[in-house]
Amino acid sequence: MFSLQVGSLLNVALILGTVLVSAALLIWVERRFLGFFNDRLGPNRVGPFGILQSVADVIKLITKEDWTPPFADKLTFVVAPIIIPIVMLLSFAMIPFAPDVGIIDMNIGLLFVMAMAGLASYSAMLGGLASNNKFSLLGGLRAAGQMISYEVFMGISILGVVILSDSFSLRGIVEAQADGWYVIPQFIGFIVFMVAALAESHRWPFDLPEGEAEIISGFNTEYSGMKFGLFFVGEYIGMLLMACLIPVLFFGGWHAPFGLGFGNPIVSGLFWMAVKVGAFVIFFILVRAALARPRYDQLMSYGWLVMLPLSLINLLITGAIVLSQGS
Amino acid sequence: MLKGLVHQVKIIWTQIVSLWLVFLHLFHKADTVEYPEVKPHTFPRWRGRIILTRDPDGEERCVACNLCAVACPVDCIALQKTEDEDGRWYPEFFRINFSRCIMCGFCEEACPTHAIQLTPDFEMAEYVRQDMVWEKEHMLIDGTGKYHDYNFYRVAGKAIGGKDKGEARNELPPTDRRSLLP
Ligand code: SF4
Ligand code: SF4
Repeated sequence: MFSLQVGSLLNVALILGTVLVSAALLIWVERRFLGFFNDRLGPNRVGPFGILQSVADVIKLITKEDWTPPFADKLTFVVAPIIIPIVMLLSFAMIPFAPDVGIIDMNIGLLFVMAMAGLASYSAMLGGLASNNKFSLLGGLRAAGQMISYEVFMGISILGVVILSDSFSLRGIVEAQADGWYVIPQFIGFIVFMVAALAESHRWPFDLPEGEAEIISGFNTEYSGMKFGLFFVGEYIGMLLMACLIPVLFFGGWHAPFGLGFGNPIVSGLFWMAVKVGAFVIFFILVRAALARPRYDQLMSYGWLVMLPLSLINLLITGAIVLSQGS
Repeated sequence: MLKGLVHQVKIIWTQIVSLWLVFLHLFHKADTVEYPEVKPHTFPRWRGRIILTRDPDGEERCVACNLCAVACPVDCIALQKTEDEDGRWYPEFFRINFSRCIMCGFCEEACPTHAIQLTPDFEMAEYVRQDMVWEKEHMLIDGTGKYHDYNFYRVAGKAIGGKDKGEARNELPPTDRRSLLP
């Protein structure tokens, strides 16, 4: 029960702890790197290198007044922020971190992750609706529209991977990449998935649901204290999830590049997985620092007129090649 | 169709370029001055905390003319004129409310005696609001500040104890209008 195998209690505890701690740390990592990208230093005061900044942030959020506006729909208002961290954490159950490290290996793992990511949009939608505030409602509407359109080709873009690996299980997909990462045959799929992943996790530049300049944080305008904190942490867990999914789907998961694996396969696997996830987290932060937010109509037309055809063509070509090889 | 495609490629290319350029900033030196450890350099004419100076003889420079209080755009200077036995004017009290002062330096420009001066000290935070209100004894320094050899009473025509009319620098003796001599 306490041995290191998929689904053991040790695994569950370790993964849950690591994910929660790194999601909290991400707040600091993001601010620090944003600082570096802007030629600033970022928060570096609390603890060594400012690493305890997240602790300070959490203490601040917990001790803040937790206010529910009298005009809000009470039940929905409270439920909405709880949804997003839960579904994001549930998705982590599917992620294979290394051989024998993971919570569960389901044969529909990929579908489960997609479904949970879809459910996460309820958080933003219900939050916007329950706040009973026109800016929140606009934010919620934007979140809904963005989710619906970007989820479509997010699903289609990973079908190429599914075709190549012949499996919906994330562990199966990683194992199928032992002798070649899917980023090479599926480069278009990777790009499309990356854009969709940014949009799914409401990351910049697709943060239209919470456009701070025009709709003052959108769906979470009315939230304060730990309820806001849950939205916040949920989005960081979502970002971490996307940063884990991309290596798993396209960059060979725990497989070391150029045969650089070392020693124990589990240690080496965890190391390389961490390196890849870290690289994508930093890339997400770089995107936030570098790119400007599109207009909402640009976002929509880009999704439906560029990304959707691109992913469909990618799917068609992949399917044709696999069929012609007669595998 | 082709034009649209070229346009799309251009859009994506510009995004990649800006990603790369911002990425390069990771290797730039940060512009941040880490303040409490590293003090920023302030120039001598920096407009910071206000002081009242003394003339080279060690007397109070301020003659309580109220010009600074009039010039102050936020009306944060309050003072009351009084006189000593020599006939010198000086402020009975002189009060600046630093919680309202905007460090504009108008008072320094208005002052005819170089009494009120702004200094490069900018660390003016206080825990109690009342501590932001400074009286004369807090602001009056022993030195001359930025202007070392100006003494208002030595150049002004006003008679004070030890210096009568006509004894100031470059001042002619008063004309005796009743005399017939030139
Ligand atoms: S610096 Fe400006 S605001 Fe401050 S006391 Fe002088 S005139 Fe008033
Ligand atoms: S500080 Fe200068 S301007 Fe103000 S009352 Fe004194 S002499 Fe006049």
